[in-house]
Amino acid sequence: MAEAIDKQDHLFVVSSSPHTHSGASVKAIMLDVIIAMLPLTGAAIYLFGWNAIRLLLVCVISCVATEAACRKAMGRNAGIDDLSAVVTGMLLAFNLPPALPSWMAVTGSVIAIALAKQVFGGIGYNPFNPALIARVALLISFPVAMTTWSPWIMAAPAAGIDALTSATPLGAFKSAIDFGQTVPYLTNSTTFMQFFVGHQNGCIGEVSSLAILLGGLYLLFRRCISWQIPAFYLGSVAVLSTLIWAVAPDKNLPPHLHLVTGGLMLGAFFMATDMVTTPVTRKGMAVFGAGCGILTVLIRVWGGYPEGVSFAILLMNAVTPLINRATRPRVFGTGKKKS
Amino acid sequence: MPNLKFCKMKIIKAPYKSWGGIHPRYHKDLAADRALREMPLPELLQISMSQHLGAPAKPVVKKGDSVMQGTLIGEAAGFISANVHSPVSGVVKDVVPAITLTGAMIDSVVIEPDGEDKRVNDLAPLADWQAVAKKDLIARVAAAGVAGMGGAGFPTHVKLSPPPDKTIDTLIINGAECEPYLTADYRLMLESPERVWLGVSILRHILGAKTVRIAIEDNKPEAIRAMEQAMRNADGDVAIVELATEYPQGAEKQQIFAITGREVPSGGLPMDVGAVVENVGTAAAVFDAVFEGMPLIRRITTVTGLPLNAPGNIIAPLGTSYRALIEACGGCADTVKLISGGPMMGIAQAIDTVTTTKTTSGLLALGAPDVSLYESMPCISCGRCVDACPMNLVPSELSQYLEAEDYEGAEELHVMDCIECGCCAFSCPAHRPLVQHMRQGKARVMLKRKKK
Amino acid sequence: MDMLQFILITSGAIALVGVVCGTALAVAARFFAVHEDPRIEKVAEILPGANCGGCGLAGCTEYARAIVVDGAAINLCAPGGNEVIEQIAAFLGREATAAKKMVALVLCGGNDTQAQKRHAYNGVADCTAAQAVNGGDKACTYGCLGYGSCSRICPVAAIEICDGLAKVHPELCISCGACVKVCPRNIIKMVPADAPVHVLCSSHDKGPVVKKMCKVGCIGCTLCTKQVENQAITMDRFLAVVDYSKETPGKAAAEKCPVNCIIAADDSSSDAQPEVLQNENN
Repeated sequence: MAEAIDKQDHLFVVSSSPHTHSGASVKAIMLDVIIAMLPLTGAAIYLFGWNAIRLLLVCVISCVATEAACRKAMGRNAGIDDLSAVVTGMLLAFNLPPALPSWMAVTGSVIAIALAKQVFGGIGYNPFNPALIARVALLISFPVAMTTWSPWIMAAPAAGIDALTSATPLGAFKSAIDFGQTVPYLTNSTTFMQFFVGHQNGCIGEVSSLAILLGGLYLLFRRCISWQIPAFYLGSVAVLSTLIWAVAPDKNLPPHLHLVTGGLMLGAFFMATDMVTTPVTRKGMAVFGAGCGILTVLIRVWGGYPEGVSFAILLMNAVTPLINRATRPRVFGTGKKKS
Repeated sequence: MPNLKFCKMKIIKAPYKSWGGIHPRYHKDLAADRALREMPLPELLQISMSQHLGAPAKPVVKKGDSVMQGTLIGEAAGFISANVHSPVSGVVKDVVPAITLTGAMIDSVVIEPDGEDKRVNDLAPLADWQAVAKKDLIARVAAAGVAGMGGAGFPTHVKLSPPPDKTIDTLIINGAECEPYLTADYRLMLESPERVWLGVSILRHILGAKTVRIAIEDNKPEAIRAMEQAMRNADGDVAIVELATEYPQGAEKQQIFAITGREVPSGGLPMDVGAVVENVGTAAAVFDAVFEGMPLIRRITTVTGLPLNAPGNIIAPLGTSYRALIEACGGCADTVKLISGGPMMGIAQAIDTVTTTKTTSGLLALGAPDVSLYESMPCISCGRCVDACPMNLVPSELSQYLEAEDYEGAEELHVMDCIECGCCAFSCPAHRPLVQHMRQGKARVMLKRKKK
Repeated sequence: MDMLQFILITSGAIALVGVVCGTALAVAARFFAVHEDPRIEKVAEILPGANCGGCGLAGCTEYARAIVVDGAAINLCAPGGNEVIEQIAAFLGREATAAKKMVALVLCGGNDTQAQKRHAYNGVADCTAAQAVNGGDKACTYGCLGYGSCSRICPVAAIEICDGLAKVHPELCISCGACVKVCPRNIIKMVPADAPVHVLCSSHDKGPVVKKMCKVGCIGCTLCTKQVENQAITMDRFLAVVDYSKETPGKAAAEKCPVNCIIAADDSSSDAQPEVLQNENN
């Protein structure tokens, strides 16, 4: 062997098999997610203008800076080149109301990266979706700022929605029901389309279902997310809200409006599909999606908050290890075949 | 044998879809069109006594002995072991421990060929094999040192001697060659389909299997046609199964499932579901051993890789050094990784003076752009390994158990069922060394079981 | 009035709960008490409590039980040393048989600058894992792989990996032997802490082979064996091996060694283990 080394001019690389790779990488996945968020970014800037740009920049920069600082403090290499902090920053910005002061956005970013991600050991170890932890922390800390919705920069949309400039459709509906008032937009046949394209109050990234669907389809096409989570999430919301609406149509939102209001679309395609905090098995993803949907509707209909997507996803994040355990596939050659 | 000339050869699609699997880049075009050729005899052959799975053979020659082609130089040591014969006539220069392709130090016989190729006729050809008793045929296969040529190198006579309580009704001949880059089996089926088919007939006769299936992936239509032609006079339940092109369709358990729908039980063997799988190369070797009295002394090796100047399919005597093989294919300077076998399950080599064995189906040189390094990034739970695993394991969870050295937990999660196909590590975006984790876990669990 | 009533009821309820629970506990303690030899607890207190497992039992309490109940030998606790043995002996009235203080020693001096590599290993950074992939990446099949399996298993962090070579800090070593068991190449040995001389090589390869692979590997020249009395260093298949039962000074042997793989304690110093890496620049 000694002679063999003499004759070789360089050492061969030796590793365990396999010696070839699909080429997938964490960075490539994150880049795909960023690409998928471009329509959403466009919609946010179109609808909310300068505020959207400001929030996106503040969140992304402070997330990346926090990530780098945490890694440095822990004595690890920077680790920001996997772009995951950029994704967290963008997602957090999409989950903030347009007029939120920048310093609150910075606070949220620090919470997302430092508290929800790096204390657990960084990417891959966080049990909860960092952007959602930050959003919920901000919602609890700054309830007024987090529920102050400013109108869009564009011309006022069609009549019937004007009345909503101070609340999200879900918020307006909830208070209207609580005070026994009528909800104006319910009777308007164009409401669904208005909401679908993004003409409603809400966080800068959650209003335009159209843009979210575009990005979601891209993610599905690139196989960055599996179809199970969004399908079962939206499906269970549709089914459950239909049932509830059928029982008491005058006290509940119709299912088609449930789907396009609040953070549901953003949650189903971008938040509940976060790989790290969701199950690894297909069956588990379906269970996860369905659980998110059921919890969302429960909170929306009977909860104290008008919107429940963030809480639903975080609650399901908490049971992800259990879902993984319960949905392990049947190993080849064990047990009886189903067919 | 009843004459059923008009019985048309059947080509069927695989009736079952096996689980998981991946679609790597195959790169078969590098060597697929290169006809089989022999290489110039190397100056020295270093024949390892560990040519197969199981106990290494015991050397029966010593320094200075002269040997002929086919002289027994290593005797099977135990039941799961195989004879080793000299591939050439010449003089034994030494019997020394040498590094094998797995990195172990094993006794090797070094032979200097005299170039005369004098052959010893210890084994008489059995042209009239149907009249020979089955146990004599098995004895012949054992005497000729035939071992599985697909990669694992399991001694063939062991597979052909199932315990009496197991009935074998299906013989599957594996010509899937799902490993990327490799074309050795493809060229064999293309150029000598008759040898393969006669070998299959002998195997079928020995096992008494009712059903015979030749499994070939559907990306090799020429091989399917060649085999069909060779099998036109076949009688009984014989068919070629077109497998979907997907890795790992050539894995034993997956292939049995795709063809019969039977699952080899966890911890069990194919014979537990009445099946035996043999590689096409093994079938040809059985033919040589029975018809021509020729022991297994050489094999087809696909020498390939993008940095190679002239990839090819080489018929090389056992004990040829990898360096000689690469030089026979035009040489190459930029090899970063040298792999014995294919890129999915092959073994990376540290030095190129290692020599070929009965299992060397390929020799793959990878240049810098083809080599992706493993990192120890944390798992991001994307679930791609779960989708890819053909055994339905959860590699992400398993590797975390194994990193934490929780071998009991890993055993409960069926780490022992891992076939080390590499689908998980191939698809892992975090580039985690998942297969290495599995191997380590399997080794530790084995150790623990032995202690009990 | 209401307030007073409220306070009274609350305190009464809490007092009642306290009485009931206390009674139950007292009864339980009396009827379910486990009668264990009180000496076990006492012996466990004497033991250092490192729970290193070096005695072969699962923790100090188990060892204490073994001593008291099964009459196990009392000198198995390496971290405790003679002091613990004497204390247990005095407590149990047994005879104190002193154990020599042993420390782990990595019998290899080939760090990354001294020893050749065989290949560029890429994979799990663990010696057992590296060994399983084509036999390990060090050219010398006997040499330390330097991936730190020993250092990770050491309960007191006494093993450091410097420049691809494991090095035991003898003053920290508690002689539990965990590293000896985990090393896939079996090159960590327990040696007497006061041994005067060590051969830091485990290679049985022939001299010329060793020379090509490692600058500080024993080449089997036998010079050292002639420098010591009563065969304290002998040759075993091209490797000089120290017989630690013979305490012969080995300074001369160390000085004569042409490859500097022998280290010897300074006669004046009590520290028997000089820095392994002091040979680095030779």
